[in-house]
Amino acid sequence: MSEGYAQPPTAGLPGNVAIHGPGDPHDGHSHPHHPKLQHHFDDMAQQAEASTLGMWVFLVTEIMFFGGLFMAYLMYRWANPDGFQEASAHLSIWLGGFNTAVLIFSSLTMAMAVRAAQTSAPPKTQVGWLLGTIALGLVFLVVKYFEYAEKFSHNLVPGPNFVWEGQYANAAEIFYSIYFCMTGLHALHMIIGIGIMAVITWMAWRRQFDATYYTPVEVSGLYWHFVDIVWIFLFPLLYLIGRHYGAH
Amino acid sequence: MSSVAHHVAPVRLYLAIFGALLVGTVITVVVAFFDLGALNNVVMLAIACAKALLVVLFFMHVRWSSRLTWVVAASGFFWLLILFVLTMSDYMSRGWVAGTLR
Amino acid sequence: MATLNYLNNGHGLASWLLTKDHKRIALLYLASITAFFFIGGLFAFMIRLELLTPAGDVMTPENYNKMFTMHGVVMVFFFLIPSIPAVLGNFLLPIMLGCKDLAFPRINLLSWYIYVLGGIFTLVAALSGGVDTGWTFYTPYSTAAANSHVITAALGVFITGFSSILTGLNFIITTHRMRAPGMTWFRLPLFVWAHYATSLIMILGTPVIAITVLLVAAERVLHFGIFDPALGGDPILFQHLFWFYSHPAVYIMILPAMGVVSELVQAFSRKNIFGYSFIAFSSLAIAIIGFLVWGHHIFVAGQSVYAGMIFSVITFLVAVPSAIKVFNWVATIYRGSVSLDSPMLYAFGFIGLFTIGGLTGLFLAAMGLDIHVHDTYFVVAHFHYIMVGGAIMGYLGGLHYWWPKMTGRLYPEAWAKFAALLVFVGFNLTFFPQFLVGYLGMPRRYHMYPPEFQVFNVLSTAGATVLAVGYLLPMVYFAYSLARGERAPADPWGAKGLEWEIPSPPPTENFPVTPIVTHGTHQYAPSKEVGVV
Repeated sequence: MSEGYAQPPTAGLPGNVAIHGPGDPHDGHSHPHHPKLQHHFDDMAQQAEASTLGMWVFLVTEIMFFGGLFMAYLMYRWANPDGFQEASAHLSIWLGGFNTAVLIFSSLTMAMAVRAAQTSAPPKTQVGWLLGTIALGLVFLVVKYFEYAEKFSHNLVPGPNFVWEGQYANAAEIFYSIYFCMTGLHALHMIIGIGIMAVITWMAWRRQFDATYYTPVEVSGLYWHFVDIVWIFLFPLLYLIGRHYGAH
Repeated sequence: MSSVAHHVAPVRLYLAIFGALLVGTVITVVVAFFDLGALNNVVMLAIACAKALLVVLFFMHVRWSSRLTWVVAASGFFWLLILFVLTMSDYMSRGWVAGTLR
Repeated sequence: MATLNYLNNGHGLASWLLTKDHKRIALLYLASITAFFFIGGLFAFMIRLELLTPAGDVMTPENYNKMFTMHGVVMVFFFLIPSIPAVLGNFLLPIMLGCKDLAFPRINLLSWYIYVLGGIFTLVAALSGGVDTGWTFYTPYSTAAANSHVITAALGVFITGFSSILTGLNFIITTHRMRAPGMTWFRLPLFVWAHYATSLIMILGTPVIAITVLLVAAERVLHFGIFDPALGGDPILFQHLFWFYSHPAVYIMILPAMGVVSELVQAFSRKNIFGYSFIAFSSLAIAIIGFLVWGHHIFVAGQSVYAGMIFSVITFLVAVPSAIKVFNWVATIYRGSVSLDSPMLYAFGFIGLFTIGGLTGLFLAAMGLDIHVHDTYFVVAHFHYIMVGGAIMGYLGGLHYWWPKMTGRLYPEAWAKFAALLVFVGFNLTFFPQFLVGYLGMPRRYHMYPPEFQVFNVLSTAGATVLAVGYLLPMVYFAYSLARGERAPADPWGAKGLEWEIPSPPPTENFPVTPIVTHGTHQYAPSKEVGVV
């Protein structure tokens, strides 16, 4: 690091700074660039890389965000294994399993949508895959709605109206608190994801994406896949606790 | 203007991953109905982690992304482990010291 | 007369409120953070007023609880955490990296609006009656019993957390991917290393407190019983989740200040930093190890003894990288050509006071001793030595150092020296007695105390008054400098670094051409060159 001190400035420029020659891409608009290139980036590659990396850093925050809930789940399940088992049995394994398949399918359609943009597929193709993803997301939410409605009508919502007929009422109430917090937060992320997809779909319809620029599709895809991954963990942890004692 | 250099995965690969994810789900559900003792949780978590890894590597393109992307993704899950392990170290060691409340 | 620079490039409110320029956003933050600093200071004043006398005679106990709660919430979340990163980091990071702006300028602006929104929520909570749970929101009081505006305040904290996350995200991506050609990691200024480490903490820690305060709100509103003992819930779980963030948060507060000090000691000793890579790696070490020690806040609350032992040992370890930095700063100053300009006075203050604060942290890390001093004024003094004697001094030192660059004006140096002196004297008078009275047993968060503690409290309140004057003075002379200060040259201090090679104030695009860096940007004359005949 200490290579001696910098030379005194010459011609108004410090010694450790070199200037580019004329016609250099950095000295203003001397060359055409992609209309979507933001000016603080050097080129599209840097912009795309920064955007995907930025989304990954954001997803890390989402991992830690959901992670707090997973921590609560971990501790309470460790402390109340039988109570959690009893409580989990009331969840419908078929609805949960179906929803898992729906989300996995939606990840496929999402990957295909990114690929379509990546390969400069016609807008109709891109929009098709994106609409498919949205549709599957909506199916997931509809199923979730029915699950929640059933919980409400069976007094399984924690709080003053909570009624539990099994042996471990307290543990069950904690289980359902965590259930609603985790699946509720997940559903909220799904809704946001569908909103984002709607915007991306509109942009794709307006021919904004091709092989030279498809970053928004890729970055939204990353978000969508992440929400799928959360469910990949939620399903077994909430729905499949000790089913071998008799399914419901 | 070159395209943003990114590997284009073949459709076959995506379909294969999709199939693997569905198969993993089915196995998880089936295994849950058998009593394997402590192994139930292990199998379930292992399959979930494998599914997550497939999504991350292939659907999220980390397989073909820079090392930095890989490090970022891994660090999130690793940090969660820190939260889990150190917190559970409290709960699991309560009552280890005889004659105290904790 | 002024040439085109970022300040006069575009006029009118919209050009400021809709700016994408990181330098303008830094000034937006400067304004709002200053406002919150004085709001937090007002609450502190109320605390010190009550504690002048042993009896609780100025306000009711409930109101006193609200004072220390609001003081903590405002100072931690709306001043200390954003301050250096959002003001100095936002302004300087792109310039120090040699690029035109941060990676995501619009997200940068968004982060300021989110900060303001969170601040509004918190102010609403304060104005509609206040929160009395302590800034730590411990359950079950915060979820079940408190009658105050917990949800509004919790939401304010939740919202502002996203401002922190977005800032950290921007810094990480920019540092990784937008460095100028030739700017390798080990040519980066230590200020950048410090902010990079800080950003790691922001990303990895903040979401956990976000979900935690959300759960508190859920428990209050929906009566979900996650921390409720009546349902078998565990209040300690809240503390684990809360402190998982809030301990690393204190490193968010101190690391940037350390980055500032690294710059200051070089500039004002005219000497390259001693042990550059040690300081760089120590920043990372503090960030990482800092995530492993949170249980030292829970020693006496019911955590297991074995977990306590683990946390205690690691807490001792985390002091090591901080100590390495202090040694390296001192080694830099030793045999340097030291000038006692006002920023350097703050740097000296930081080194001494942070050392005291850090050493007393070791007292607290020892479980046996912690049992005696936990929840006393010893703890309060410890963290104020670090937060105020450390972080705020770093902030003020940096503000003074880079003020000419940011505003193009020189401030009156004599006044600045005087203010620095007042801050140092006032600070020690305020907080040193608190070590003593805490050790003697005075509990924190109590509005009354036994009469034998009064002399310490009177000294403390007197000190706080001096400190307040010391903090108000910069407001006056900085404002004066904007109107009548001498115009600043590009490099008023004779310092080294990319920011000193562009005009004061800088042009909007920072560099007319992208710099190509050929060696480390901080190259000071070796001290033996001084006085060479």
